[in-house]
Amino acid sequence: MLEEILLKVSRIDAFHGTFQALWDVTLTINPGEIVAIVGANGAGKSTLLDTISGLVHPSRGSIEFEEKDISALEPYKIVDLGISQTPEGRRVFPDMTVLENLIVGSYNRRARSLRERNLQRVYQLFPLLKERKAQLAKTLSGGQQQMLAIGRSLMSNPKLMVLDEMSLGLAPLIVDELYKVLREIRQKGITILFVEQNVRRSLLEASKAYIMESGRVVLSGNASALREEERIKKAYFGA
Amino acid sequence: MTIFDGLATPIVMGILLGGLYAVVALGLSLVFGVVREINIAHGDLVILGSYFGYTAMTVFGIDPILSLLIGMPVLFGIGFAIQKYLLNRAFRISMDAVLIIAFGLSIILENIFLKVWSPMSRGLTTPYALKSLSLGSVRFPLVYLLDFLAAIVVMVLLREFLRRTYLGMAIRAAAQDRKAAHLMGINTDRVYAFTFAISMAIAAIGGVFLGLTFPFTPVSGMPFLIIALGVVVLGGLGSIAGTFVGGIVFGLAQTVGGHFFGLAAQMLVAYTMVLVVLALIPRGIFGR
Repeated sequence: MLEEILLKVSRIDAFHGTFQALWDVTLTINPGEIVAIVGANGAGKSTLLDTISGLVHPSRGSIEFEEKDISALEPYKIVDLGISQTPEGRRVFPDMTVLENLIVGSYNRRARSLRERNLQRVYQLFPLLKERKAQLAKTLSGGQQQMLAIGRSLMSNPKLMVLDEMSLGLAPLIVDELYKVLREIRQKGITILFVEQNVRRSLLEASKAYIMESGRVVLSGNASALREEERIKKAYFGA
Repeated sequence: MTIFDGLATPIVMGILLGGLYAVVALGLSLVFGVVREINIAHGDLVILGSYFGYTAMTVFGIDPILSLLIGMPVLFGIGFAIQKYLLNRAFRISMDAVLIIAFGLSIILENIFLKVWSPMSRGLTTPYALKSLSLGSVRFPLVYLLDFLAAIVVMVLLREFLRRTYLGMAIRAAAQDRKAAHLMGINTDRVYAFTFAISMAIAAIGGVFLGLTFPFTPVSGMPFLIIALGVVVLGGLGSIAGTFVGGIVFGLAQTVGGHFFGLAAQMLVAYTMVLVVLALIPRGIFGR
C-alpha cells in the first residue's frame, strides 16, 4: 500500500550562477513527519530549502508537493500552496512591530480569512509575542526574533513548515524551548522539515534525517537508526 | 536694522515651498526605498502631470486640481504599465539597464512635450494662482500655502495606506527584506508595479501644484529631478517624514539663501547645503 507523500524532491541539480550547489538530491516527506537535513556549512542545505521554496529553480529533476509539480513556480505561489519557510537568520521585518510582522505572515489568500484564529494560536504558543506585540522587531533579542519568525510562518497557515538553522546563535535553553514548540506545532498537524548543523540534536528531534555533504545526500533514514550508524558516529560525534 | 530684518517672509515662503518640493520628491523616494530604482525620468513624469493639468485647464476648462480626479488614475495606470512591462524586466538584466531605460523614457517624454505643447513656457494660471496672502508683515503667494497643505494631505494618506492595508504592508515588507517578503507569499513584481503606480499618482499631484507655482517648459523635468534628488538625499532615502523634512530644509535654504545672497544664488546655496548636510550625516536626516 502506497504511503501518502507530502513533498517529493526527485534527483534535483541546482546552481548558484555557474557553481553547482546540489547534485542529484532526492528526498521524501510524508505528512506528520518531522524531518531533518543535517550537514556542515556549505553542504547545500540552505540551497535545498531555497529550491523547495521556489527562490531557486532546479536545473534538473522535479519537486512535487501533494502530487503537484512546483519546480517552476514563483515563491509566492508556493506559499499559497502551503509551504512556509522560516529563513536562516530569522529575517524579521526590522522596522515593523511584532504584530505587523505576524499580520504580513497571513498575506497569502488562504491565510487571510484565518488570520485571527492563527494569531491566537501563535500567542498561545509564544506568550512573549503577545506581550511585545507593539515592539519594533529590530529591538528584539535573537531568541525572541526566532520566535517571531516561527510565529510569522505559522500565520501563513502552512501544511509544511521549513526551518533553516533555527538554533543558530541561540542559547541551549532557548533552543530547547523552540524544539518544544515545534513538537506542539507538529501536534496540530503541520509537517516539519528543518535544517541544522548540530547533528546530534537533530537526530534526537527528528523522525527521519538526510545527511548532506558537498551538495549531495550521503546518508538517509530513520533518525534513531542513524544515531547508531558507525559513519555518523565517527564523522560527527568523534567516536 | 539687523540682518534678521525681513527674514520672516523668506522663512515662511521657504517652509511652504518645501511642501511642494516634498510632494515632487515623494514618488522618487518611494520608488527608491521600495524597488531600489533611481528613476531618472521622475522629473519628466512630474512635468507630464503638469501638462495634463494644463490640457485640462486650456482645452476642457477644468480646474487643474479638480482634473487630478482623472489625472491621478491615468498616471497610476501608466506607472503600473511602465514598471510591470518595462522596468521589472530591465531590473532582471541589471541596475544599469534600469537607468538606461529611465533615461530613454526621459528623452521620449521631453520630445513628446516639445511636439505637443511647443517650447513655450506654460503655467497653470488659474485665478487663485495669482493671489497673495498676508500674515502680519509676511506676504506670500496663495499657491505656496496650497502646496504645503497638499503635501500634508498626501503624506498623511500615504502613511495611512502603508500602515493599514495589506498592499501597503507588502510594500513596506518588500522594502525592508526582499527575500523574506517572497517567503511571506508576496508577489514582489506586482508590489513593485503598484509602488511605481502610486509614485506616479503622487507625481501627478506634484505636477499640478508645480504648474500652479512656477512656469514650466518641456525641459523642466531635469531641474526638478535634481531638486527632488537633493530633497530625497537630504531626508534619507525611502522615508516619508524624511522627504517632508528634506523638502522644507531645501526650501528654506533656497529662500533664505536668496534673501542674503541674492536671487541668482538661491539654488547654489540650496545645493551647497545638501552637500554640507551629507558630509555631516551621510545617511540623510532620517536615513536608515
